[in-house]
Amino acid sequence: MSNYYVRRTARVFVTIFAVATLTFGLIRLLPGGPFTQLRAQLLRQGVPASEVDARIANLQNINPDAPLWQQYLEYMGSVAQGNFGESISLGEPVVRIIAEAVPWTVFVVLVSTILMFAIGIFLGSLQAYWEGSRFDKAFSGLSIALMSIPFYVVAVISLYVFAYQWGWLPTAGTVGASVEKELSIPFLLSALEHSILPIFSYTLGGIGGQALAMRGNSIQVLGNDYVRVARLRGLADHRIATRYVARNAILPMYTGFLLLLGFRLSGTVILEQIFSYTGLGYYMFAALKANDYPLMMATFLVITVALIVGVYIADLTYSKIDPRISAGGSDEAY
Amino acid sequence: MKRTEGSEPSTLVTDGGSVDWRGSSSSSVTVTREERLREMYEENFVKPMIVAWSDSRTRLGLLIIGFYFLIALVAILGLWREPSTSQAPRYLMLFENMTYPLGTTASGTDLAALIIHSTPDILLMVASGGLWATGIAVLVGTVAGYKGGTVGRVLMSISDFVMAIPGLPLVMILAITFNPKNPILLGIIININYWAGLGRSIHSQVLTIRENNYVEASRTMGVSTPRIILKDVIPNLMPYVTVNFVFAARYVVFASIGLFFLGVLPYSDQNWGVTLNFAYSGGALFSWSAAHWLLVPMVAIIGLSIGLILLGQGMDRVFNPRVRTRLAGESESTAVTDEKDTGMTEVL
Repeated sequence: MSNYYVRRTARVFVTIFAVATLTFGLIRLLPGGPFTQLRAQLLRQGVPASEVDARIANLQNINPDAPLWQQYLEYMGSVAQGNFGESISLGEPVVRIIAEAVPWTVFVVLVSTILMFAIGIFLGSLQAYWEGSRFDKAFSGLSIALMSIPFYVVAVISLYVFAYQWGWLPTAGTVGASVEKELSIPFLLSALEHSILPIFSYTLGGIGGQALAMRGNSIQVLGNDYVRVARLRGLADHRIATRYVARNAILPMYTGFLLLLGFRLSGTVILEQIFSYTGLGYYMFAALKANDYPLMMATFLVITVALIVGVYIADLTYSKIDPRISAGGSDEAY
Repeated sequence: MKRTEGSEPSTLVTDGGSVDWRGSSSSSVTVTREERLREMYEENFVKPMIVAWSDSRTRLGLLIIGFYFLIALVAILGLWREPSTSQAPRYLMLFENMTYPLGTTASGTDLAALIIHSTPDILLMVASGGLWATGIAVLVGTVAGYKGGTVGRVLMSISDFVMAIPGLPLVMILAITFNPKNPILLGIIININYWAGLGRSIHSQVLTIRENNYVEASRTMGVSTPRIILKDVIPNLMPYVTVNFVFAARYVVFASIGLFFLGVLPYSDQNWGVTLNFAYSGGALFSWSAAHWLLVPMVAIIGLSIGLILLGQGMDRVFNPRVRTRLAGESESTAVTDEKDTGMTEVL
């Protein structure tokens, strides 16, 4: 068993290593390569031609004249040390930009995903209990409708209505311009105010799918013999609902939760752009537009690592939560 | 058990049914081509249609998707004017002028024409993306799940790696690199790593399917692996795969329009997402008078995905063999025992 955990942990590092290699390759795939554009840009900015190579090396941790394998080793070495170079468009160390952006993104994604699951599970289990009722039918229809609305449509509409037309909520940013960036009540209130619309639009569309999944799982569990036995034993309804039905119905959704968390991180590229919410996705997109390769690759890598860790945690904890699943799975070859 | 080696390939090619191996080995002379074709038609078209049509969600979904195909046809046949700037008065509202029923944009372009003429490309993109994602996922998932061992581990490690790459950012980089304008290629690029998660869950389902008695029977009979996967494993997965084809297709709609909206994907003609982008950056957020400019492409997107989801939910029943025979009126005996089963599949 411990062997499995060791192997699984090793795989996390192998995957991160492989993705870092991929980013190295992707930089070279991009039009004009990493250097031509940058070189032209630096020359335009009036950097003397003799210093351009040194500047490039400083910005990207890569010596452009070195052979490819050496560039690769240098790149991987500096990534391993957490050094992503300097952002070309913003002129700041990439690490500092990312450290500032990550909390906002994590906050929005985490809160909206938890809300989405909580509301979805609640509605879904109610639907399952009253299966076939008018409430069930109405909410099944509503769930399908919600699933069909992309979050950016919700985002644009809510921005239009609540921010631009009615002026209830701010239209852009993470905190108000006049608020000091320190841990204080006005700062928290302002941050909360700015996050309402992004969280709302990122939550709403996801509720439908979760509700339908929970409804399906619950109905399946309700038909099981052990639920019937529990009823025959005269157990209280709420005990059956929470201990027997809810627990078994939520279990399969647990892996989905962690996977979705990572998945939704990459969706912030669109979300944060609409609200000008300066998180990871916002900088990723800005870097892409500005050909800012160091910043782009670093955001890419950070989102990837978050995803990998999410899957890792899901894998490791699932066998703990659901004793029926033994870690490692069946390996017999046919 | 008495099946000969020679008769096997012919049944593989000719039908999708289940009992024909007996017919083709003993009395293949008496079954004419016409009869076989009719049987294929019955089995693969009529019965699924009866089952699908019995579900109101499928009916509605098919109706909606059919409507989009109709729009695409209108565009292909050139029955509606091409969009161009200053072809109409600027900022016409919805239904204000019935020559331009959906109104016009800031540059005086007919919104209806914009929507109609981008429909064929979007449908192509959605179909190619969905087929790509589910095709690769089924291939990887079934082979890895059935073979197990080293093959399975290697395939699953590859899936895990692909799954770890964040989708939208990767698509953005690939889109800028390859600049794909062909809708089919675009669909594939958007779903370039969608198959991984699906393949993983198909893999785990195959792990349980391969323990079934009939799979073991086939194996002991010496049936080849591709044939077992094709005949014994994949039919069990079909409900799951169809539903996920629809989800993959919906993901293409969401992601592509989102990326067009951001202005990341290349385009030659304005489509729904680009229209949304122009409306958003063209000031439609600031005034009610331009609201329709935003709303029309949104409705187009939402409509298509509602149609896809309804179809997916209804189609689920088509591939459930037990529901199928019952509704097609072949066997009555299973009706009672399957009550619970159908209730479940309806949900997914």
